[in-house]
Amino acid sequence: MTSRKKLAVVAGALGMSLVLAACGGSDSSSETAAEDTTATAEETAAEVVEEATDAAGGELTGAINLDGSSTVGPLTEVAAELFMGQFPGVPTTVAISGTGGGFEKFCNGETDGNNASRQIKDEEIANCEANGIAYDNITVANDALTILVNQDNPVQCITVEQANQIWGDGSTVATWGDVDGLDIPADFASTPIALYGPGTDSGTFDFFTEVINGEEGSIRIDYTSIGEDDNAAVQAISGDVGAMGYVPFTYYQESLDLVKGLEIDGGNGCVAPEAANVSNGTYSPLGRALYVYASDVALSRPETVEFFNFYINNSDQIAEIAGAVGLTPEQKEEQLAKVASLSGS
Amino acid sequence: MSDDSGYSSRVAMPMRTRTAVGGAREVTEALLSSGDRKKKVRGIIFVSILLLGLTTALLAIAAMITWAFIAGWPRLDLSLFTNVPSVVLPENAGYRTAILGTLYVIGGVILLIVPLGVGAAIYLEEFANPRNPFNRFVDLNIQNLAGVPSIVFGILGLAFIVRGPLSLGFVAAAGSLTLALLVLPTVILASREALRAVPSSIRDGSLALGATVWQAVSKQVLPAAFPGVLTGVILAVARAIGEAAPLLLVGAVTFVTFDPSFFEGGYSTLPTMIYSYAKRPQDELQTLAAAGVVVMLVLLILINSVAIYLRNRFERTW
Repeated sequence: MTSRKKLAVVAGALGMSLVLAACGGSDSSSETAAEDTTATAEETAAEVVEEATDAAGGELTGAINLDGSSTVGPLTEVAAELFMGQFPGVPTTVAISGTGGGFEKFCNGETDGNNASRQIKDEEIANCEANGIAYDNITVANDALTILVNQDNPVQCITVEQANQIWGDGSTVATWGDVDGLDIPADFASTPIALYGPGTDSGTFDFFTEVINGEEGSIRIDYTSIGEDDNAAVQAISGDVGAMGYVPFTYYQESLDLVKGLEIDGGNGCVAPEAANVSNGTYSPLGRALYVYASDVALSRPETVEFFNFYINNSDQIAEIAGAVGLTPEQKEEQLAKVASLSGS
Repeated sequence: MSDDSGYSSRVAMPMRTRTAVGGAREVTEALLSSGDRKKKVRGIIFVSILLLGLTTALLAIAAMITWAFIAGWPRLDLSLFTNVPSVVLPENAGYRTAILGTLYVIGGVILLIVPLGVGAAIYLEEFANPRNPFNRFVDLNIQNLAGVPSIVFGILGLAFIVRGPLSLGFVAAAGSLTLALLVLPTVILASREALRAVPSSIRDGSLALGATVWQAVSKQVLPAAFPGVLTGVILAVARAIGEAAPLLLVGAVTFVTFDPSFFEGGYSTLPTMIYSYAKRPQDELQTLAAAGVVVMLVLLILINSVAIYLRNRFERTW
């Protein structure tokens, strides 16, 4: 937590210079304020800054606009803010109109990149092709979809089969005792299960139903939909001993003292929802990649290439601030290659 | 107040109003409180229902404002207005770009709805033949439009303003146009009511003195209806300033750190930012969302106080 705070301060120094620059140029007050924060965490600042300052950042101009998923959006906002600290000449905006809504604009050539918490779908591919937009999915971070239960719930680990038994289409599981093979005390067995999940527009919903129930969109109908508000799931689960739900990793990270994240057993033993397990690929099948789709049109501009490279190279810092899991070195290499090939360089 | 002569009966008219309202009140009170027991009980119930309605409305507002102040208290300072958004350091984030974006969008809305709304109202009220089937059709449509969900206007804006015939792109002007379409029915309906409330003696007197219909409307009727028109504008602005859904469709972004411009580049507005922050996992951003509610209230009060000042300045009673 302290390292995260430190990072926040560092990045804040970058952000602060922006803040103050916007408030009336580089007068003396802005310099002193920026100096203060930078001085407190100089070493770490150097790390963040160094990686992307190979070229003189101030000379790059242009503009970048991104849209898409509400899960990836906050991550991209952090990336954009840090990026503009390096390249103040490139105003970067991030909108959040959902993965699907974002693809509609992306395939129409209206945005430079689309944040996506799932892969592009067939009809969206057709739309992109019709408009002559070539694209690739750039993995920018990893996420651990976390199954949450109340802190007083005795269950520690759940298998994919058990989760499917609870969430599957047509499931009749009503109490925790109805689930086969759960290690729970007898007095807990009669506790009713209350289920909370995101609405059907969410990429998180698509992913969870696919890996747990075997088919995208297949789910029992009598769960409480929390729409797009994952905080609502956390609140509900923290107040009901029999409740269960699933949220992106970042919501779990921000509420460790409110709810309990279950370990998941995909066939190779129980694995906890932790950053390390996501990076090494053992948090399966609920570990997933978060993408930003980039188009060849956008990547024909140097500032956009620079942005994606920055995003990938600084993935660890960006993910840590936003509560996701950074890329592994192999992933970084892979993604940098994708950017390079799409930009034609 | 040089044009007071236009309303020659200004002194006499408030009395008429007073007598009319007073009379109505007396009749109602007489009906509800006098007479037999049954009527008295009914009267008490009636007044209680009225008071209940009023208290519910006031309590809801009070609860929301209190919540916003308590939840947003740690961030209620000047930097909230002057700093640009920051997700990296939310403790220092502000709403500068969103405030400017809202002012641009709402400014555009006001510029559009006043002439268009008042123009439409004048035509329908003063010139159009109310028995003409086409005019009645238009009339009906305006009333229905006032009840169309805002997201529908967002889709319309995306198809015809952002893309399609106007092709403005995702800019503040597109947001203005979309919201203007959304609130236009409110302004038209309110303006028509205001025009209708101008005593026909003023219209007739003006025409009798040789004025054309246009002169009577522009010199006499419209100035007299001005306060009512402003009420419509106040209601419209209050609705427009709080809209997030249609703006998300026509390009309002959730992260922009540079000041907006009207026809170029990304923009954001307060409700879109608040909507976005309220759903984030970080406590700091949720505090920021609550503080944003206060900022929005302040902005709305500032904009509307100008309108209210103007309204009071032109207020007439008959």
